Amino acid sequence: MSTTPLRLKELSKKKVLLTGGHRLCSGCGAPIAIRQILLAAEMPIVAANATGCLEVSTTIYPYSAWKIPWIHTAFENAAATISGVEAMYRALKKKGRITERIKFIAFGGDGGTYDIGFQSLSGAMERGHDIVYICYDNEAYMNTGIQRSSATPLGANTTTSPAGSVIPGKMQPRKNLTKIMVAHGIPYVAQTTPAHWRDLMTKVRKALEVDGPAFINILASCNRGWRTPTDRAIQDSKLAVDTCFWPLYEYENGRLTINYKPKEKKPVVEFLKTQGRFKHLFSPQNEYLLERAQEIVDKEWEALLREEAMWKAEEEKKEQ
Amino acid sequence: MKGWRELEIGAITEAGSADSYNTGSWRAFRPRWIEENCIQCLFCWIYCPDSAITVKDGKRGEFDYNHCKGCGICAMECPGKKGKKAIVMEEEGK
Ligand SMILES: Cc1ncc(C[n+]2csc(CCOP(=O)(O)OP(=O)(O)O)c2C)c(N)n1
Ligand code: SF4
Ligand code: SF4
Ligand code: SF4
Ligand SMILES: [Mg+2]
Repeated sequence: MSTTPLRLKELSKKKVLLTGGHRLCSGCGAPIAIRQILLAAEMPIVAANATGCLEVSTTIYPYSAWKIPWIHTAFENAAATISGVEAMYRALKKKGRITERIKFIAFGGDGGTYDIGFQSLSGAMERGHDIVYICYDNEAYMNTGIQRSSATPLGANTTTSPAGSVIPGKMQPRKNLTKIMVAHGIPYVAQTTPAHWRDLMTKVRKALEVDGPAFINILASCNRGWRTPTDRAIQDSKLAVDTCFWPLYEYENGRLTINYKPKEKKPVVEFLKTQGRFKHLFSPQNEYLLERAQEIVDKEWEALLREEAMWKAEEEKKEQ
Repeated sequence: MKGWRELEIGAITEAGSADSYNTGSWRAFRPRWIEENCIQCLFCWIYCPDSAITVKDGKRGEFDYNHCKGCGICAMECPGKKGKKAIVMEEEGK
């Protein structure tokens, strides 16, 4: 079977596997990512979905927006569910009862992935299942009304880190889950956004091609939680990348490639200032938090650059 | 709505049944396509969260107003022709 080229004209001839009529908010970033993921796949997909906005709103009884076999799982165990399904597939394949090549994806929000589903994810990755875990990271527990998660960035106003006279929003920086997944030593780990559709789809294809576990972290904006107008999903994702708040990079068998380096790295305030959840940071007494936010971005970005340079130097040395 | 005795066991059995659900009534703003400014880039199609832009044989068609929620992403991302957008948002009911 020939692969569909990653051109919109060609892709648009494929069947859309996530229908309209789902009940995610107007302008939600998650379904943009999911549509692209399913369009990228060139083989049958079976998915498990941890509860969260995506799961709830695409499957309100008696409707489903999914045109693939899809399994609801609890909040904390999408990775366990999908590894069980993958193990069953392997067994049936061995017995000759399935001959088709099928791939397995687990979807989870940041709450379901960084926090409550973390041990299940870590276990599935360590056991080496042939699965792809995709986190759609909207940086808080949105479905239950915008609670902070360990993916929520420093200073964000959420209902459990409320900005006011006591605290200026979330007091802790977010944890770097993508790097934690790299530390699992799995064959493929990547970070992307739906604004960068070609990057996203290339990464999904690589992740599906790998024989073994793969993890993709997708920044998926949420206008309800980020406090933005409904037309900002793509613009804000681009700003996240252009400020290096959310760099596009991948690890193939442990080797880092930065997929996009902004010609001019924008200051992180460009990303923060369009979002109501950061509004309070722009009052004079909170200026130090803007500085800290910039320091965090700079530190992580420079570490990536250094690491990539190191890989390149090492490869050059080998060639000589 | 079905009573519990009529429920199928454990699952929604029809794939993609949400397609028959109308979310067009959510709209406060309605996108309008201006075909003469359209360069057929299909950015609107790849970025629409609601699969509400129809495409046939690789060419953009009309909006699917049964599903479009009026978010305005397509209008925001539309490059249009010579600085003129091929999608504009207009208030519903006006
Ligand atoms: C064990 C358990 N605790 C709490 C909940 C309630 N709950 C449902 S969805 C959700 C938040 C999901 O957050 P996230 O994974 O980030 O997805 P999002 O809704 O932001 O897309 C919570 C707390 C639950 N379903 N199960
Ligand atoms: S609350 Fe946010 S993530 Fe949830 S459906 Fe609405 S926009 Fe999407
Ligand atoms: S306004 Fe939003 S939902 Fe409607 S077609 Fe445009 S992108 Fe899709
Ligand atoms: S984004 Fe604009 S120019 Fe491109 S296909 Fe859609 S309507 Fe036409
Ligand atoms: Mg979330």
